[in-house]
Amino acid sequence: MKKYIDDFKVIKNERLNHEYVILTLKHPGKLPAMLPGQFVEVRVDNGPNTFLRRPISIHDVDVEANTMKLLVQEIGEGTRLMGQLQEGDICNLVYPLGNSFSLPATNRVLLVGGGCGIAPLLLMGRHLKANGIKPQFLLGARSKDGLIALDAFQELGDVHMTTEDGSAGTKGYVIHHPVMRTQSPEIDHIYTCGPEAMMKVVAKYAKNHGIKCEVSLENSMACGFGACLCCVADTLDGHKCTCTDGPVFDSTYLKW
Amino acid sequence: MVDLKIDLNGLELKNPVMTASGTFGYGEEFMDFFDISCLGGVLVKGTTLEHREGNAYPRMAETPQGMLNAVGLQNKGVHYFVEHIYPRIKDYQTNMLVNVSGSTIEDYIATAEVVNELDNIPGIELNISCPNVKEGGMAFGTSCPSAVSVVEAVRKVYKKHLMVKLSPNVTNIAEIGAAVEGAGADSISLINTLLGMAIDAKTRKPLLSTITGGLSGPAVKPVALRMVWQVAQAVKVPIVGMGGIMNTTDAVEFMLAGASAVQVGTANFIDPCVTAKIVKGLEQYCSENGFDKVSDLVGAMEI
Repeated sequence: MKKYIDDFKVIKNERLNHEYVILTLKHPGKLPAMLPGQFVEVRVDNGPNTFLRRPISIHDVDVEANTMKLLVQEIGEGTRLMGQLQEGDICNLVYPLGNSFSLPATNRVLLVGGGCGIAPLLLMGRHLKANGIKPQFLLGARSKDGLIALDAFQELGDVHMTTEDGSAGTKGYVIHHPVMRTQSPEIDHIYTCGPEAMMKVVAKYAKNHGIKCEVSLENSMACGFGACLCCVADTLDGHKCTCTDGPVFDSTYLKW
Repeated sequence: MVDLKIDLNGLELKNPVMTASGTFGYGEEFMDFFDISCLGGVLVKGTTLEHREGNAYPRMAETPQGMLNAVGLQNKGVHYFVEHIYPRIKDYQTNMLVNVSGSTIEDYIATAEVVNELDNIPGIELNISCPNVKEGGMAFGTSCPSAVSVVEAVRKVYKKHLMVKLSPNVTNIAEIGAAVEGAGADSISLINTLLGMAIDAKTRKPLLSTITGGLSGPAVKPVALRMVWQVAQAVKVPIVGMGGIMNTTDAVEFMLAGASAVQVGTANFIDPCVTAKIVKGLEQYCSENGFDKVSDLVGAMEI
């Protein structure tokens, strides 16, 4: 897919809680096609410690309005500065980057997200819906406050939740939810994104039950398009760039 | 009309702007953003005799106005390059130069011999300065005798333009520059990355799997500029300056310090079109400042 570099205009900054915002960015013209699982590299200006671009998953796309949404968790200086962007500000992106989630062979699909890792699952949910598939979502967070953008997910499928403190949904990690406890799961394909420890557990569960599992990695990167070779993942074929060979990998291809 | 051409000791550049090895892939990665034929040259990814996996992740750490990398020359080896990559890039209308690295002098010789046979590769950049490999690399570039031995050996088998890339991790870079000139270098490029490190105070762990890595970006620019100036005083062969160049002004400064051409590296990650902008910017700088030829900027610092 052709890559672009463009100035987008921030048309909305929706603060979800103390650490999450959703930025809505408008393309100056016609937004090119973007696939679920792809990401953008965001230029963050004005910080001596924010030299490189920030890779951020594409959360949602509206082709009619030529807008895309980015779910941003403020975890460092770069994402904090992104969280402060105001309506009318300009945001320079290199996009769309990386591969994408594949379409499932059947309609028995589970999408498992943890923390900010839920971001690409929304666009994937839309993609599935457009293909006549109603998936199940399993979303995990530390507490109720971290379960965000639920309405958007509920429009697309059944939403299950876990929180570590038990303040919403099932208490514990995603792997503790009943949907992942059954010995004969009615699932043929899992898509997961979130903390690596979570994805590893999900991938192991999928392997044990003969379920195809695609994981979206979040390695730190400099360029985002295969020039620097900094973001490599360890695969059966050696080091592969998360930015161009990923971010989505079949879990059995990774040396986990 | 400003004349942007540079004669790099026989290697003709349409303008002084090149891309630094390891920051521009094989050029193809940037073709969506702009037509790389507008550049003076492209230094393709560091190439070794054998396939290399490079170092373990994490290999990169962002630092104030810069970044550390410890990629460790990941590449599929020169034979893969010849069979699979060269056919794709050989018709780009710019100087496609191969950055050659190795662990032993024999590696360097064998790789250079293979590249010597490629009609559309007009030169190599001998990398005696990579700080991220256990053997060879920078070890060759940090003493005059070892630098001379590898350059002399490659010079015997390599018949086209031989650029030698120096390490800044030395006490006296002018000495090394003079030594590689004496050993047969056609041009000298500098600086490779500065050895550095970063620690995460929260986890108390190093940020790189290798603990140390190579620092690049604007943070290194004053050091690079000083070294280019020092080497320019010590040698007659042309110099290709690099180290933290982010824009036209930076490129002009390197030329004023004595560089005949420049390489842009880390900036490509932040603005993939930056090199094309610098080509245009140099033309504008020259016309605004009364230079008919960009080559008149070389060493034109007024003291």
